[in-house]
Amino acid sequence: MNFSAIWAMATLVVRELYRRKDFYVLFILTAVITLSFGAVNFFNEGSIVRYLKEICLALIWLSSIAIAVMTAARQLPDEIERKTVLPLLAKPVTRTDVVLGKYLGCLLACGITLLVFYVFFAAVSASKDSTFQLVSWFQALLMHWAMLSILIAMALAGSLVFAAVSSNATIVLLATGFILGILRHLNKVALMQPEPMQTILYTAYFCLPHLEFFDLRDLIVHSHPAVGWWPILLALFYADCFTAFFLVIACVLFQRKAIG
Amino acid sequence: MTPIVQIDDLVVEYVSKERGEGVKRAVNGLSLSIGEGEVFGFLGPNGAGKTTTMKVLLGFMPPTSGSASLFGTDVRQPIARQRIGYLPELTYYYKFLTTEELLRFYARIFRIPKPETEKRINEVLKLVELEGARKKQIKTYSKGMQQRAGLAQALINNPDLLILDEPTSGLDPIGRMKVREIIQRLKDEGKTVLFSSHELGEVETVCDQVGILHQGELKEHGPVADLVTKHGTHLEQIFLNVVGYATEVKIGKEEAP
Repeated sequence: MNFSAIWAMATLVVRELYRRKDFYVLFILTAVITLSFGAVNFFNEGSIVRYLKEICLALIWLSSIAIAVMTAARQLPDEIERKTVLPLLAKPVTRTDVVLGKYLGCLLACGITLLVFYVFFAAVSASKDSTFQLVSWFQALLMHWAMLSILIAMALAGSLVFAAVSSNATIVLLATGFILGILRHLNKVALMQPEPMQTILYTAYFCLPHLEFFDLRDLIVHSHPAVGWWPILLALFYADCFTAFFLVIACVLFQRKAIG
Repeated sequence: MTPIVQIDDLVVEYVSKERGEGVKRAVNGLSLSIGEGEVFGFLGPNGAGKTTTMKVLLGFMPPTSGSASLFGTDVRQPIARQRIGYLPELTYYYKFLTTEELLRFYARIFRIPKPETEKRINEVLKLVELEGARKKQIKTYSKGMQQRAGLAQALINNPDLLILDEPTSGLDPIGRMKVREIIQRLKDEGKTVLFSSHELGEVETVCDQVGILHQGELKEHGPVADLVTKHGTHLEQIFLNVVGYATEVKIGKEEAP
């Protein structure tokens, strides 16, 4: 494995992100909406700070998911379409190096994006609320990043299955919406179904990645104490397993992909 | 001495995407050897198998049968590509990068130390005459400048073998001349160059050896002067004879009322 090449490709993805306008547009949009809500005092409501935090975090979640999926979904198709993959693979790199480099780059790019968003969130929170908890904030950031890692790997694998970047991105975003909104209730639905539907739904419930595990927004919205580090480590391991699974699929598909 | 490029009885087949076409043979029993310091010109009409052969040499696709090696190493090993430079036909490089950044990116892949990288960037940018535009993003470049940026990336690791796929394709006469001059300079430096082209004059000027490929088979192979002597005509006519065009024209004339 050529680690130097993997790192070079990763830095290229990060450079691309900050030279494109997507990140700036989403950040400015998030900032404007959050600050607008923050400036208004709804009916002299005392819990406005909580609503403000919820809105800001929801926007950060939506923006970060959009950035992660869109960035990852276009990496390999762009390389193939622009033919930049040809001079790249003509160097002493393997296709696995390319997939890992792209994954690492997207992960770093999303990490930097999240950090910017969360620092902004911390600044907004601190200006309205004196009970800012750094450990909870850090745990929420870490879990959020782990969740994006799964989505990045999923979008990279998807980009080698679906022909167009837009279709891949849409499918991954819909899958993310399904997982975040419905998957957590699938076991209850399964319980009410006859066989074999019950087994099928239970299998889906246990096999699909539970992205809601990584949603620690309530922790900081309601100023709850930080979670213990063992559950956090377990969740990170869970994220790593799914990330590795999708990356293996991406590597196998890219090996088989006709280039040029 | 180990040849730089060694191809033995290479066969490449692929499944055609067109309905009912089945398996197609792009390269059929190609054997070729290119020695150190030679400039080898690959000639052939579109679909002759030139690019497919290059793809096999670069490890993009596996041979169906036969073997290919670079510097004595099987082309399927990534290390075989450590000492080569490759310029694909009409590539659009990362347009958000400057040439300097592009070259630094490729240098990092080759694990070239930083001081050496900067020295090498200066050398190649001077060679391809892009020193003045080194800090401009590639998206602002003309097609000719992009092609020279491509040549620069192919040269960043100071390769012993250069594989150029139609390097002058799509360029204006001045762009062509500049690329040809660069190839000539590389030849003078003793580099081994394998390039494909439709420009017969270009091949005649620059190459030591030529190979004419038609329907996946190597029909003619040897030094340009030897081929000219053997056939008693110039390279263009030899090419036309090999691909069957001259015969078709003659038949056409005979059949015409």
